Amino acid sequence: MRQSWWKILGLVMVAASIVVGLLGPVPALFLLHETIRNVYFHVPMWFAMFALYLISVIYSIRYLSNGRINDDLIAVEAVNTGIVFCIIGLLTGMQWANITWGMAWPNDAKTNGSAIATLMYLAYLVLRNALEEEQKRGKIAAIYNIFAFPVMIVLMYIMPKMTDSLHPGSGGNGTFGDLDMDNQMRPVFYTAIIGWMLIGVWICTLRYRVRLLERKRNLID
Amino acid sequence: MNTLQQVKTLVYKDIVLEWRSKYAINGILLYVVSTVFVCYQAFQSVDTFVWNALFWIIMLFASVNAISRSFVQESQSRQLYYYTLISPQAIILSKIIYNTLIMILLSLIAYTAYSITFSNPVGDPILYTTAVVLGSMSFSSVFTMVSGISAKAGNNSTLMAILSFPVIIPLLIVLISLSQNALAGAPRVDSTNDILVLLAINVITITISLLLFPYLWRD
Repeated sequence: MRQSWWKILGLVMVAASIVVGLLGPVPALFLLHETIRNVYFHVPMWFAMFALYLISVIYSIRYLSNGRINDDLIAVEAVNTGIVFCIIGLLTGMQWANITWGMAWPNDAKTNGSAIATLMYLAYLVLRNALEEEQKRGKIAAIYNIFAFPVMIVLMYIMPKMTDSLHPGSGGNGTFGDLDMDNQMRPVFYTAIIGWMLIGVWICTLRYRVRLLERKRNLID
Repeated sequence: MNTLQQVKTLVYKDIVLEWRSKYAINGILLYVVSTVFVCYQAFQSVDTFVWNALFWIIMLFASVNAISRSFVQESQSRQLYYYTLISPQAIILSKIIYNTLIMILLSLIAYTAYSITFSNPVGDPILYTTAVVLGSMSFSSVFTMVSGISAKAGNNSTLMAILSFPVIIPLLIVLISLSQNALAGAPRVDSTNDILVLLAINVITITISLLLFPYLWRD
């Protein structure tokens, strides 16, 4: 119980945000209408993805400094889970864009940036497959992971602010917080963000434990 | 020897090695010129937007080809020999500087060949040349580190491309917007922001390379 409280908390928070998000009151908005509810689902995906990539880069740095293979395993599983969240984020975003902006893939700096960042992390996984030896694979993949992290931040958070973007908070647009959210929405939104982040970390630890078991089974004793 | 002298010696060594064989530089020059001709035959005439995009695509592929071999032309045992003599930072820095020099030469020749075949619509040639030089710097600072990584992973060309293309895209976006300004002959004040961003990204990439290369170098 002492170790699993945050998993239960994450579950409860996500469940609450889904129920209240779909049933609760939202302000009547021009153009957005009821699709504003997607803010409870689309945005937390990116927060969860960012948290997982951050965990991954921290464990990559740890792996480079101490060479423990477990750190490398956490790094790769965090990336694996992060990519899933990124894909769900893109899908929910495409659905939303289809309704509010008129097409599924508008030429938007933030959309393109996140797709390219996904390509970069997929390249990280391909790089891992190209290497056989465990220590060498961990080291080189960790180096690429650390190299890719600042580029990911530039692609997803800095470039959209510099150029034109349809997203709120980018390209000189106001943020969601200023424009569209009222005080009833805010608590649900924050609950959803924290809940999905916790769920993401939980999935990551589960995958890490499976990875450890597989590794143990493959060891010759 | 301090690091600065080491860097100087290594760059000098690379230039002398290249000057004696002239294999890489001639090969890559022919590559660029033939690509320009292929594009010229395919497109005949283009509007300014396509002109700019095509130029940067040619430069992108030429630089991937030129830089991907920077860590494989020397044998493992000779690299081990360097490792006993000098600091890894000196090695990566010297490679970046050497690749920058090669890329500047290459891209200026490519720019000339490109301007002769396709007519040159550039409104502000000095700014465009600045963009080309900055582009060479950025390509070499990013690709040198990535080519080090892919060299350790058996150096296949697919890996080099998939590792480096997503990383170079932010730089490429800024470069294209800068050179678009130069093409249109827009006032130079508009471009200072782009130039500063390019320089900042270069500084960040070189710093990360200096921090990470010591780990990559050891085997």
